[in-house]
Amino acid sequence: MENMVALSLVAVYSAMGVYTISFILFTFDLAKRSAAEPTSAAVVEVTSARQAGGISTAVRATTTADSPPTGATRYQRAAFALALLGWVLHVGATVLRGVAAGRVPWVNMFEFGLTATAIGMGVFLVAQVWKDLRFLGAYITGMTVLALGIVTVNFYVDVIPLPPALQSVWLVIHVFVASLATGFFAIGAGLSIMQLLSARRAAHKAEGLRFLDTLPGATTLESLAYRVNVVGFVFWTFTLIAGAIWAERAWGRYWGWDTKEVWTFIIWTLFAAYIHARATRGWRGERSAWLAIVGFSAVIFNYTIVNLFFTGLHSYSGLL
Amino acid sequence: MEPLRPSDHHDTEAPEPRSTTIAQPRLDAVGWLRFFWRQLTSMRTALLLLLLLAVAAIPGSLVPQRSADPNGVVQYERNNPELFAVLDTLQVFDTYSSVWFSSIYLLLFVSLIGCVIPRTQHHWRALRAAPPATPARLNRLVGYTERHAAGEVAAALEAGERVLRRQGFRVARYGDSISAERGYLRETGNLVFHFALLGVLLTVGVAGGFGYNGQRVIVQGQSFTNQLTSFDSFSPGRFFDETRLDPFSIRLDDFVPVYDLDTTTGFPIALDFTASVTVVENGVERTEDIKVNEPIDIAGTTTYLLGNGFAPWITVYDSEGTAIFSQPVPFLPQDSNLTSLGVVKVPDGLDEQLGMIGFFYPSAVPLESGALTSVFPQPDQPVLTLNAFVGDLKLNEGVPRSVYSLKTDELTQITGGDTGVESLVLGLGDAVELPDGLGSVEFTSLPRFVSLEVHHDPTQVGVLISVVLAFLGLLTSLFVPRRRLWIAAETTGDGVRLQYAGLARGDDPRLERAVAELADSHEATLRDASSERTVASTQLSASRS
Repeated sequence: MENMVALSLVAVYSAMGVYTISFILFTFDLAKRSAAEPTSAAVVEVTSARQAGGISTAVRATTTADSPPTGATRYQRAAFALALLGWVLHVGATVLRGVAAGRVPWVNMFEFGLTATAIGMGVFLVAQVWKDLRFLGAYITGMTVLALGIVTVNFYVDVIPLPPALQSVWLVIHVFVASLATGFFAIGAGLSIMQLLSARRAAHKAEGLRFLDTLPGATTLESLAYRVNVVGFVFWTFTLIAGAIWAERAWGRYWGWDTKEVWTFIIWTLFAAYIHARATRGWRGERSAWLAIVGFSAVIFNYTIVNLFFTGLHSYSGLL
Repeated sequence: MEPLRPSDHHDTEAPEPRSTTIAQPRLDAVGWLRFFWRQLTSMRTALLLLLLLAVAAIPGSLVPQRSADPNGVVQYERNNPELFAVLDTLQVFDTYSSVWFSSIYLLLFVSLIGCVIPRTQHHWRALRAAPPATPARLNRLVGYTERHAAGEVAAALEAGERVLRRQGFRVARYGDSISAERGYLRETGNLVFHFALLGVLLTVGVAGGFGYNGQRVIVQGQSFTNQLTSFDSFSPGRFFDETRLDPFSIRLDDFVPVYDLDTTTGFPIALDFTASVTVVENGVERTEDIKVNEPIDIAGTTTYLLGNGFAPWITVYDSEGTAIFSQPVPFLPQDSNLTSLGVVKVPDGLDEQLGMIGFFYPSAVPLESGALTSVFPQPDQPVLTLNAFVGDLKLNEGVPRSVYSLKTDELTQITGGDTGVESLVLGLGDAVELPDGLGSVEFTSLPRFVSLEVHHDPTQVGVLISVVLAFLGLLTSLFVPRRRLWIAAETTGDGVRLQYAGLARGDDPRLERAVAELADSHEATLRDASSERTVASTQLSASRS
C-alpha cells in the first residue's frame, strides 16, 4: 500500500510535468495564431463552404465572424497529445490513490483536488469530440497544473481510513457529481473569458490578442459557454439534492445552512441567475458572461476559502 | 416576463422612442399597482432578486448562526460584544430567518408566481392549439433550404407530414404548406420546475410547523422515553402539540467505538461508532444498532447518533461512609482524544452543598508541567481529576441551571487551585477523602454515553417529491428543444419545389441541422416513393405486354 501511495505521487508529479509542457505548447499555439495572417483562416472557411454547398442546395450564408476555428497548428496538436498523456498519468495517480486507500479517492482536500482536476481535464478532452475547444487548452492545462501544485504541496495528507461521518454511498455520488459540475463550470468560465476578450477585441478596445481572430466569434463562444454551463448547472442541482439527502441521514436534517450548504446555494443561485440573464433584455452577452465567471469563482472559493477558513460541518480537509 | 414568450426567449431590443417629448399617460392608483406588478414580475426583477438572494446569503456563512451553531454565537458575543450588538440588531445571527432575507425570497416567489401563472395559461392554450400559420417568406428564417422533387404537391406534403409526425411534431396544413411544432415539453418542464420550487417553500412553511427535534444524552444501561420532559433540549415547530409525541423508549445497551492511530500525526482516527439500543414501541421490544450514517426509524420519527463520550460513575460518601450520591455523570468531550470536562453537583446529604468540576482523561499521560493529557480516546488509563467547592449551589431558586456548568463565584474552593490542597485524582475504582472530613469520593465505574437526536420532520416527503419534480423539470426545460419547422411546396415545370425553414423557441443550437435533416429525410422518402411508383408502373407495363 505504501508503494502504491508513493507511485501515485510519482504519477501526480509526472502528470504535472507533462501538463506544464503541454501548457507551454498551447501558449505557443496562441502566440503563433496571433502572428499568423487572420485572412488565411477566412479563405479556408469560404472554400470549404463552397465545397459543402451542392448545386441544388442553397445554404443560408453564415457570417464569417462566427466561423469555427481553423485547423490545428503543429504546436496545438503536440500540446493536445501531451495533455492526453498527462491526463492518463493523472487518472493513473487518482486510481492508484483510491486503490491504496481502499475507497474512493475524494475524501480530503488533496484527494478532492486530485480527482476534480482529473475530471475537469477529462471533460475538456472528451468535449473535443463534440466541439473543437482546443483553444482553451492553455487555460485548462494552466489551471490544472496550478491546482495540482497547490494540493500536492499545501494540502497533502497521507491515506487514512474513512471517518464514520463519510461512510456512506452518498460520498461516492455526491462528491463525484460535484467534481463533474466543477469541470463543466471551469470550461464554461474559460469560454466566457474568451467571449469577453473576443467582444472587447471586436469593439477595438483590445488591440493585442490577435489569436482571438482565429477563434469562433463572441456570439458562438457565448452559446458554447451556455451549453456547457447548463450541463454544469444540472450536475450542481443534483449535487445539492444528493447532499441534502445525505445530510438528512448523517446530520439529522436535509438543510441546515451549514457554511458549505450556504455556498452551494449561493453558487446555485448565481448560475440560476445566469440562465435567466440569457433571456433578459440587456443582460445577454457580456453581463451574463460575467455571471458565469463569478459563478465559477464562487465554486473555487467554496473549495478553498470555505474549506480552510470557515467553520462548519463539511470539515474534511484533513488539514489541522 | 412577457407571458407569450418561452422562458429562454431572447428578448429583442426595445424600440427607440421616436421622440423624447412623448406624453406619458397619467396613472391612477390601479394603474400604478399594475405598473408595480409588471415591474415585480418582470424577468429583470427576478434576475436582480436572484442575485440579491445570493449576496444576502453570504453574511450567514461569515458569522455563526443561532440555528446551526448556538455556542459559536455565544463565543462571538464574548469576543466582540460591541460588534455583536450591531450585528444582532441586523439579525445577522439569524440570517436565514431574518426579515431582510425572508423579504428577498418571498418577493422572488411572488415574482415567480406572477410570471408562471400567465405562462401556464398561455401554455395550456398552446397545448391545445394547432401550430400557427406558415410565414409568407420562409427564406428569411433559420436554416432555409430548397429542394426539388418529382411528383405532385399533395403527395409531397403528405410525405412531409408523415416525416414530421414521426419526429414527434404536431402538424397543421395551411394551403400548400405544413406548419409543425415540437418540444412543448420544454415549457411544461420549465413550469413544473418553478411550481416545484414553490412546492418546496410551501411544504417547509406549512408542514415544517408540525415537526420537532429533541436531543437527549443516554448513559449505558439507562433508557429514555419520548416525552417532552425527558429531552435535554427540544425545539418544536410552530404547530407542535405535545400529544403528538409517540410513546416509545430507547435503552442504550452498549456503545462500541473503533479507533485507529495515525502513526505519522499521532492523532486517533475514528473508524466506527455503533450504539446498540433496545427500543420498546407499543409494548414490543426490539434491538437495533444506530450508526453515524444509519439512523433508526421509530414511529414516524428518526433517531440519530450525534455524539458520544464517557460518563464516569461517581459515588460520594458522607463522613460515616453512607453513599449519598451515586450516579454516572456525562463528561463533555473537549478534543479528539476525549479529554472531557464535567461537573458533579451534590446538593444533599453532606454538611454543606458540594460542587465538583474536573477533567476526565481516558488515556492519561502526565505532561512535563505535571498536568495530565489524554493520548487516545479509548480508556487505557482512565483518570479523573476534580476540584471541589462548597457553598450554596443555588439549585432551589427555580432558575434552570445547566448540569454542565458550575458557577464558582460564590463558592469556596476546597481542593486544587490556590487552596494548597491537591486536586482530587482518581483512577478507576479509587476513592479519596475530601478535606475537613467532609466525606469521600469514589470513581466507581466507567460507562459510556451517547447523545441522540429524535427528529420528526413531516416535510421530508413533500420536499423530496418537489425537488425530484424540479430536477426532472429542469432537465426537460434545458434539453428538450422547442422549435417550429415549415415545409412549403409549389408546382414547377418538372415536379415540386420544396422550401424548408425553422424557428427556435428558446435556446436551440441544433436548429439549422434539424432543418437540413428534415429536408434530407423528406427527400429520401419522396425518392423511395417515386422509385416504388416507377417499379410498380414498370411491372404493370410488363404484365400488359
